[in-house]
Amino acid sequence: MEESKYVGKSTVRIDGKAKISGAAKFIEDIDFGADLLYAEVVESKFAHAIINSIDTSEAEKFPGVVKVVTGKEFPYRFGLYMHDRYIFAQDRVRFVGEQIAAVIARTPAAARKAAKLVKVDYTELPNVLNVEDALKKDTFLLHPELGNYQHVPWFFPKPDTNISHLRKVRKGDAEKAFKEADFVFEDTYTVPRYAHCAIEVHGTIGLFDNSERLTVWTASQSPYTQRHLFAEALSPLGLTHKDVRVITPFVGGGFGGKAGVSMEIIGAALATTVKGRPVKVLWSRAQEFYNTYQRQGLTCRIKVGVNKDGKIIAMDNTLYWDAGAYVEYGANVVNAAGLSASGPYNIPNVKIDSYCVYTNLPPGGPYRGFGYSEFLFGLESHMNEIAKNINIDPVQFRRINAIREGDILNYGGKMNPNGLIEAIDKVAEAIDWGKKEYSDDPNKAIGKGIALFWKAPAMPPNASSSAFLKFNEDASLNIMISGMEIGQGLLTVMAQIAAEVLSVPPEKIRVETPDTDRNPYEWQTVASHVTWGCGRAVERAAIDAREQIFDLIERALGKERSSLYLQDECVKSKKDIEFSLPLKDFIINGIMKEDGTYRGGPIIGRGMFMPEFSSALSDPETSQGGKPNVHYTVGASAIKIEIDRQTGKMTIPKAVLAIDVGRALNPNLIKGQITGGLLQGIATVLYEDMRYSDKGKLLNASFSDYKIPTAMDIPAEVVSIIIETPQPDGPSGARGMGEHTMIPAAPMIANAVEDALGIRIKSMPVTAEKIALSMINENIKADIINS
Amino acid sequence: MKKEINFILNGEKVNLEVAPGEILLEVLRDKLGVKSPKCGCNKGDCGTCTVMLNGKTVRSCLVLAIEVNDQEVVTLEGIMHSGLTPLQESFLKHNSFQCGFCAPGMILSATELLGKNPKPEKREIQEAIAGNLCRCTGYSPVIDAIIDLTN
Ligand code: FES
Ligand code: FES
Repeated sequence: MEESKYVGKSTVRIDGKAKISGAAKFIEDIDFGADLLYAEVVESKFAHAIINSIDTSEAEKFPGVVKVVTGKEFPYRFGLYMHDRYIFAQDRVRFVGEQIAAVIARTPAAARKAAKLVKVDYTELPNVLNVEDALKKDTFLLHPELGNYQHVPWFFPKPDTNISHLRKVRKGDAEKAFKEADFVFEDTYTVPRYAHCAIEVHGTIGLFDNSERLTVWTASQSPYTQRHLFAEALSPLGLTHKDVRVITPFVGGGFGGKAGVSMEIIGAALATTVKGRPVKVLWSRAQEFYNTYQRQGLTCRIKVGVNKDGKIIAMDNTLYWDAGAYVEYGANVVNAAGLSASGPYNIPNVKIDSYCVYTNLPPGGPYRGFGYSEFLFGLESHMNEIAKNINIDPVQFRRINAIREGDILNYGGKMNPNGLIEAIDKVAEAIDWGKKEYSDDPNKAIGKGIALFWKAPAMPPNASSSAFLKFNEDASLNIMISGMEIGQGLLTVMAQIAAEVLSVPPEKIRVETPDTDRNPYEWQTVASHVTWGCGRAVERAAIDAREQIFDLIERALGKERSSLYLQDECVKSKKDIEFSLPLKDFIINGIMKEDGTYRGGPIIGRGMFMPEFSSALSDPETSQGGKPNVHYTVGASAIKIEIDRQTGKMTIPKAVLAIDVGRALNPNLIKGQITGGLLQGIATVLYEDMRYSDKGKLLNASFSDYKIPTAMDIPAEVVSIIIETPQPDGPSGARGMGEHTMIPAAPMIANAVEDALGIRIKSMPVTAEKIALSMINENIKADIINS
Repeated sequence: MKKEINFILNGEKVNLEVAPGEILLEVLRDKLGVKSPKCGCNKGDCGTCTVMLNGKTVRSCLVLAIEVNDQEVVTLEGIMHSGLTPLQESFLKHNSFQCGFCAPGMILSATELLGKNPKPEKREIQEAIAGNLCRCTGYSPVIDAIIDLTN
């Protein structure tokens, strides 16, 4: 690896001081003056109903109310990948909490009170609350119009059913291989819905000023996608992209929940109804739970054919996703997971069917891991069961089947360079694999579990990033991007990448959160792709600036261009070691010639990146042909748990995670992703799940009822292992790793429970209660056998 | 019926009129422009609204503004009169925060702990910050920074 000065170092966050001093401004910290209006949403009481009429007259009369807006004003369908939803419900509601109308008032209290006065007359329809019901022959259709919905070319909706997309993968001949396999193992695993629980709620302020430009401040991971969807959804009002401006201050956690467009469209639309005055929509913590994207539930039926030597020869994985009432984003989760649901294994014969199913629950959508956490629970649990049944050590079994560089992927492409085997070996060593451990407490058992993971960025083939970079008089820099700082440390890493090229230290580089009027295009900050994609754009912008500098030095001073290089904020020459010209001497004001004239001018770099090799077009029946995934990031994780045999309560003495990041641009930030992601993953196994009533109402929409971990709930020790097999097209060889740190958590814990107690839990979460009950059942079974 | 209240905020006397039902968090943020206390839940579950009342941390979303009449309130802004504190420097060094939304509350809870107990055990640190939810960091970088400072 080339010596580098800034890349690869644990540079202190350039946004750190703002965040620890309270200077960082989040959406709610921006003041909008005395004429700010507040909106409160009127929500559906029912999971599925026809709206017969809406009576707003009482609400309109309420003191302080400025306006009441209903779906009538915005009869336009919109969505990210499929246009299947409206800004406000039209004639039908499809989940409890869905927005039907909004009251705009001068105070939040007036808006709240008046919203209660809006009378909605409903006729209830049958609720379709789970996948099983949704797929029944005589089921009720949630979207009778499905066949007319506009969508991206890689979706395949099934009109006149509740299946909004079906991703099919056929590689080799699975049917034949199952017949030839020495053993076939089949099982079903289920995963409930989960909430992101960013500590900051969603909020939006829209201002449609008297010049008819729409500015929207949002807490978002996707300013440009939002601008595009606002412009598109509101185009009937005459708005074009140039009229819409999205400003995104610091975001208090995203995890996918603030990607795409969810409640933000309400703020944007409402603003157009109260011209000249800003209007604010702020979700409560409860709304944050029931009316933003949720992680979709999954039922997965997995069948694996394996030979005596441990080689997997066939897999059939059928995934049924509870995608909720609208799938404009969620269907792409189903798609991405479907393409990769064979996991990081080299399997010659694969059949996958991934069904996106409408249900009368809140819309599913992106959540850190984008479907991979969900299918990995079943897949990696099943791998352990197979290993046990054919008497091969689970680590050895994974080594035998692990995917390697050049192996053929499900859609026909080749696997990228990766250090999966190294990751397996390193976590096995770190967790003392193979060494049985016993607790000092006879009531407790110790178990170890392992899980592998992989994930590719799920993005359209033309998802692109761009960057501007401008020098200041003192050779400090501003970099403008629209990748979002959502906690991962993007701003810092972008500064490091530019620093490396331009020899300007990161402390002299400012990178700020986006404003679509000033910062150039970025698709979205999702998919763990911005280090890679936005990083490449920044690298290219820095190279562009550097080349301009060399051009100028050659032109103004006659230095041979090919001998020039940058070091310590100076231009130097390999040919003329005396020559050293500080950037600050010319970077804005140019270089003076003998006659007093100047050459040069402010140096501004520009860079863009689009993965031009990617394509989402493939045979819908097999998925063969395209190149939907730009690369996979892989790794392995292992855990040691100590578990009470009676109560099922567990503690985690140690967790280990090894990930191949290509190149660790900032090791400290990577470790931050590992400790944070692992705990978020562990929480989905031990503490969290969303519970619904039989009427489709979310029962635990608060932090008191939906428990996320506190500082008391962490593993005693977390070991982070960074592996670096360079990604050929990544900035300095880097690839993304943010989501990956949470996705192996569930199966590795389930595997550790099995190791400790001999019981296999096949449905998440793996709570103490569930373990205790299974233990009782096991004991009863044992008693029957023994008696 | 509005009521006049007087209290010390970050070392300065303030005087304003509040309605009896007004919440301290809203008064601090919306009337006094002190934005470091955040609102993550508005019902006492998350700790982002943490401020010090007479030297002890409280959740300002659960405190009525009239209750602080004649009392002393300190927010994150108020502990930085001479720049970042050593604790904040340690947080910076350890990459203790990611999105930073929980940071103001977390820093005040840790500050309170170190005021009472300059050499806390790991367990005591965990207990002291257990009321401050953080979804990003997995807490260990926060704990490490506090331990590092006390060594
Ligand atoms: S806002 Fe006060 S505890 Fe959450
Ligand atoms: S750093 Fe994001 S919530 Fe703590």
